[in-house]
Amino acid sequence: MSNIGKAFLKGKAFIPFITAGDPTMEHSYNYIIEMAKSGADIIEIGIPFSDPIAEGPVIQRANIRALKNNVTLFDVFSLTKKVREKTNVPIVYLTYYNPILKFGVEEFFNTCQKSGVDGVIIPDLPFEESGEVLPFSNKAHVDLISLIAPTSKERIYKLATNAQGYIYLVSSMGVTGVRSEIANDLNLIVDEIRNLTDVPVCVGFGINTESQAREISKFADGIIVGSAIVSIIENYCENAKDEIIKYVTKMKAALI
Amino acid sequence: MDSNNKLNLGRYGIFGGQYIPETLMNEVLKLNESYLYYKDDIEFNNELRLLLGNYAGRPSMLYYAKKMTEELGGAKVYLKREDLNHTGSHKINNVLGQALLAKKIGKTRIIAETGAGQHGVATATAAALLNLECEIFMGEEDVKRQSLNVYRMELLGAKVNSVKSGTATLKDAVNETMREWTKRVSDTHYLLGSVMGPHPFPMMVRDFQSIISKEARAQILEYEGKLPSTVIACVGGGSNAIGIFYNFINDKSVKLIGCEAAGLGVDTDQNAATIATGSIGVFHGMKSFFCQNDEGQIKSVYSISAGLDYPGIGPEHANLHETGRAEYVPIKDEDAVSAFEYLAKTEGIICAIESAHAIAHAIKIVPNIPKNDNVIICLSGRGDKDVASIARYRGKKIIEF
Repeated sequence: MSNIGKAFLKGKAFIPFITAGDPTMEHSYNYIIEMAKSGADIIEIGIPFSDPIAEGPVIQRANIRALKNNVTLFDVFSLTKKVREKTNVPIVYLTYYNPILKFGVEEFFNTCQKSGVDGVIIPDLPFEESGEVLPFSNKAHVDLISLIAPTSKERIYKLATNAQGYIYLVSSMGVTGVRSEIANDLNLIVDEIRNLTDVPVCVGFGINTESQAREISKFADGIIVGSAIVSIIENYCENAKDEIIKYVTKMKAALI
Repeated sequence: MDSNNKLNLGRYGIFGGQYIPETLMNEVLKLNESYLYYKDDIEFNNELRLLLGNYAGRPSMLYYAKKMTEELGGAKVYLKREDLNHTGSHKINNVLGQALLAKKIGKTRIIAETGAGQHGVATATAAALLNLECEIFMGEEDVKRQSLNVYRMELLGAKVNSVKSGTATLKDAVNETMREWTKRVSDTHYLLGSVMGPHPFPMMVRDFQSIISKEARAQILEYEGKLPSTVIACVGGGSNAIGIFYNFINDKSVKLIGCEAAGLGVDTDQNAATIATGSIGVFHGMKSFFCQNDEGQIKSVYSISAGLDYPGIGPEHANLHETGRAEYVPIKDEDAVSAFEYLAKTEGIICAIESAHAIAHAIKIVPNIPKNDNVIICLSGRGDKDVASIARYRGKKIIEF
């Protein structure tokens, strides 16, 4: 069983996200280790990109902060190797396609494998275009994690039946960012996916509070929280450790 | 893998495709189906023809530039006068087509990006005419530089959103329009302004713009009894260029030349010459050439021309370049400005600074093309919008209101 698969054996998964290099690589390292200790079951690491079209303002600003530090893919791989010396928590990269293409697709996935990356999410590489990376991600045993959106409808069949790792179910329309309301028919989409595959379904986009986490964990296998954590880092910068521990601990505890 | 590749849509060689978030996939696939239906629908085509004729002022004339021809001393120079269209550029051809399509498929709201404001003004115009709600996204820097166009769009009933993210210019305006579209696809059509983005946009915009070469080809055959030896156009995203190239692509004897914005020069980092200085990448929904660094981060680009100030180029152009069917040359700011002044003095035409890039290249090559040949230059837009910035470039102080 893959490292990602194992993460779901212990119950509902809490999956926090941070942008690599925000505010510095050293802090990213510390925050990842602390999140793993505080109960994070999988950690998503965002690779900074100049034009993150699927992100809301909070994560856009994190990308800008990281790029000001000249964060490179090489740096993120080094960070991952260092994390691997301390913890086995599954690591999933979230990156736009262009940095992968520039690095070389085959080289990228081989380096993922060597560095201990378990999965990769590419928000601007939909199913139809995934044929150009799958031979390389499969060969390197890196899960290519796909997204399903409220608009996916009849596409759900092919997305679910080809899914690897976990399915990232987008909670609502639009870009990433904290929301007060989450679509109320999400459980129906989860049911539909469950009829097609055993791959775990995790819900992300807009989740912020414990009560949202609790509600969604009633029907989903995991929840993904990005902007809320990136906001903590934006507010506390180098001193976000305690706040992150507090937040991850309470969100993990909220899952049913 | 092969079965996946067969699903790929909208390829020009290896370029094009649909590299967009899952949230938009169904919408874009539906748009493709709707477009393929309506493009052959008689009623749709009749309505569009009427709009292009009675509202936009088509066909645009193919003007024989006699003085320019005599001065350059080479081939006969013809200008395809897209600057004389309603709203002052070729942008209206695409805007009317897409706005009409949006109405047909039941959309009530259109959103669009704009750089200098030409596409924004054209979109707001079509929205006013066709009773569509309209929101334009424009980089904060461009909003400041083009306040007159912002007011024009507002006069036409559009809401203009100032985009502060990233470099606050055209590429960021595209980012923000895409983000807005993912928030609200059900009633909203993204009226993309160039031959870029995910399929079907490069194909659809090209089809709407190909009327330029459909007319020009018939006009030159009527006037000269033969095809031009060379066709020249400026290229940013590349919509006027693909428009004037398209119906000549199969005429192998016709040389096609696209003029990119070289800004301060291709040996500096102050340019927007994608073919000359970019490399293959994926951005804004398409695989093409982009100005980017070694890490695959998209560069901020520069040109005196806001309409060419974009870090990418449409995928069909990327393929025309790759296959050698078209040639792409970089033109510097200073040469474009000189050409802008040259055309004003020689032919009494104040053209857009974008189009002046094509004129600049014509000035270089026409003297060496035989006299019995002819050359067509696409004059994509008029230059009223540029007069103030050219004056500034020349150090002239004029009061702007």
